[in-house]
Amino acid sequence: MTVKTIREAISEALFQEMDRDKDVVLMGEDIRGGAGSSVEDVEAWGGVLGVTKGLWDKYGSDRVIDTPITESAILGMAAGAAMTGMRPVAELMFADFFGVCFDAIYNQASKFRYMFGGKATSPMVIRTMIGAGLRSAAQHSQSPYHIFTSVPGLKCVVPSCAYDAKGLLIQAIRDDDPVIFCEHKALYEDAMDVPDESYAIPFGEANIVREGSDVSIVALGLMVKVAREAADLLAQQGIEAEILDPRTTSPFDVDSLVETVENTGRLIIVDESAARCGVAQDIAAIASQEAFAALKAPIQIITPPHTPVPFSSVLEDAWIPSAARIVEAAHKVMNRDA
Amino acid sequence: MHNTDGDIAPVTVPKWGVSMEEGAIVEWHVTAGKEVEQGQDLLDIETSKIMNSVEAAASGVLRRIVEQAGTIVYVGQLVGVIAAESVSDADIDNYIDEFQKNYVPPDTQGDEQSNPTYVDIGNQRIHYLSVATEEEPRCATVLIHGFGGDCNNWMFNLVAIADEQPVYALDLPGHGASGKSVDDSSLDGLATTVVAFMDAMELSSAHLVGHSLGAAVAMKVAELQPHRVSSLALIAPSGLGEQINGAYIHDFIEGKSRRELKKTLSMLFADKSLVTREMVDNALKYKRIDGVTETLRQIADEVFPQGRQKDSFRDLLRSLSSMPITVIWGEQDEIADPAHLVGLHDSISTHLVADVGHMPHMEAASKVNDLLLSHLLRGKL
Repeated sequence: MTVKTIREAISEALFQEMDRDKDVVLMGEDIRGGAGSSVEDVEAWGGVLGVTKGLWDKYGSDRVIDTPITESAILGMAAGAAMTGMRPVAELMFADFFGVCFDAIYNQASKFRYMFGGKATSPMVIRTMIGAGLRSAAQHSQSPYHIFTSVPGLKCVVPSCAYDAKGLLIQAIRDDDPVIFCEHKALYEDAMDVPDESYAIPFGEANIVREGSDVSIVALGLMVKVAREAADLLAQQGIEAEILDPRTTSPFDVDSLVETVENTGRLIIVDESAARCGVAQDIAAIASQEAFAALKAPIQIITPPHTPVPFSSVLEDAWIPSAARIVEAAHKVMNRDA
Repeated sequence: MHNTDGDIAPVTVPKWGVSMEEGAIVEWHVTAGKEVEQGQDLLDIETSKIMNSVEAAASGVLRRIVEQAGTIVYVGQLVGVIAAESVSDADIDNYIDEFQKNYVPPDTQGDEQSNPTYVDIGNQRIHYLSVATEEEPRCATVLIHGFGGDCNNWMFNLVAIADEQPVYALDLPGHGASGKSVDDSSLDGLATTVVAFMDAMELSSAHLVGHSLGAAVAMKVAELQPHRVSSLALIAPSGLGEQINGAYIHDFIEGKSRRELKKTLSMLFADKSLVTREMVDNALKYKRIDGVTETLRQIADEVFPQGRQKDSFRDLLRSLSSMPITVIWGEQDEIADPAHLVGLHDSISTHLVADVGHMPHMEAASKVNDLLLSHLLRGKL
């Protein structure tokens, strides 16, 4: 057991799976090195944030493929390779770019198993960066995993910590279905104890991040961190929050959601994906259908406003759901004055 | 570390496991001013690994609660004061002042004891904890955990026993932080690993304390190499009868989700509330590691084929009548039937502990520690 950042946990998962299975190959823009790096260059960058650094040195150009800047080619190659039995891990640098390559994901890879009567599978992983907070403006800051969640046949992972990131990525690589793995840009440096050995966390198994009996907070990715902050503030006021991290939006752990709502009777969902037709609204619908009788107060949904992510740093900070908003929502469902 | 004047007894934070440095007070069961009996549960402290009760070290009145629920406290820290009614408030104040002046919190940086220690045995990496005394090393004690457990199961016992002599707790192959593959998953294979571990620690002989499967392993060591075993303490042992809770073994191996495993682990304890989220999370984290499920299946197939125990050591124990042997069993054990305690040889000291399940060394730690210490004392004579 060693303390590792999410960046290191993801890198370790890739190293261990590439060691274990020769069919695991990586492809993406600059995943090997920056422009102009020579074949002799052992100090290749390993992607814009260095997550894949060192993999090309170890596994070479046949298994770590630097691609041209064309997302449709990267994802098309990955979907085709997956059909032939490879286990590609394709990198879509920013999830914001999914629009140009969504056919390969949405209408091809996600449908293969069904369309070919189970004779073909698509064991591919799409690693992609999501999230606001890095002053990257409207086209490089979004978290469109609500759209991925809505696609049948596609699995969607949104890890919030290093232990989960490693185990969920290993599960994603071993999974026979296409999986989109959403890495929040603001979380890469978050560190915790992570086993050195390989391990897989099953999909559809939520994590109880914190136990509490007064109010449930459901959160994914960066929002888990914000929820923890809120829970600490609430604890000082005598309100004990339970934090549930579904870890995967598809498949989704309905049982754990029902369990936590039955435990507390109050539900707050905080989510960065979207203000309309987003993951928070979806979870609220599931909770009201499956656990309505347990609810003591209306479900509270906290999302960014229905606007592009602002470039102004002041506005961007205000756009991201905050601990203060969660505390306010908790007061509301607890019938307390602020 | 403090000289009490006989009338004042401190309530301090115990050290549960070599790596424990701090914990949070969950709640006090007693309010200040109330009479307490020695051994009574005073408060619950939760660490990153477990929640457990702190017992009163003396009878008297709980005169002060120094640290309230919700506070983070450190090992050895004063949390309360027990004294007779007759002791003046001023004396209690002085006592607290004196204690606080002398209290040194554990060094949270560079604590060498909490560093993981490993030894390679053949191609198997074995993780272990050890606590050695300053004095001339006497006969050491080796603690062997049960099926699916690890050396942290001894967190309430290790330090208590180590006051008397060096103690080692190893992770069996496939368990804890040891290597996850196992060459020989039979009792013979596991016992051979324990002997090789003793060789590596330069222990010509040792007191073996085993829990459940670990007790069967300890008895196997005594069968293979009796001269290496100074005494045997067997806690809820396997190997003394055919019955074993096959459903537990199966569910522990195959359980994948938090909910499944919580139900399974609750079979281990009489007090089901001891199965915390952390305990379930730690078990899940262990079981998710590549190779663990296969190794557990192999061991279960060898030792508990078809949900029954393959080996019985009842005759062996009879033949070892000159060796000090203690057997401790929880009355509420749902895994291994405490009825196995009946009919053992007269020379064996047997103890049935009330209101306790399959984990007496966790659930009734101070009682079991007392039993173990008097057993080890017997072994020294």
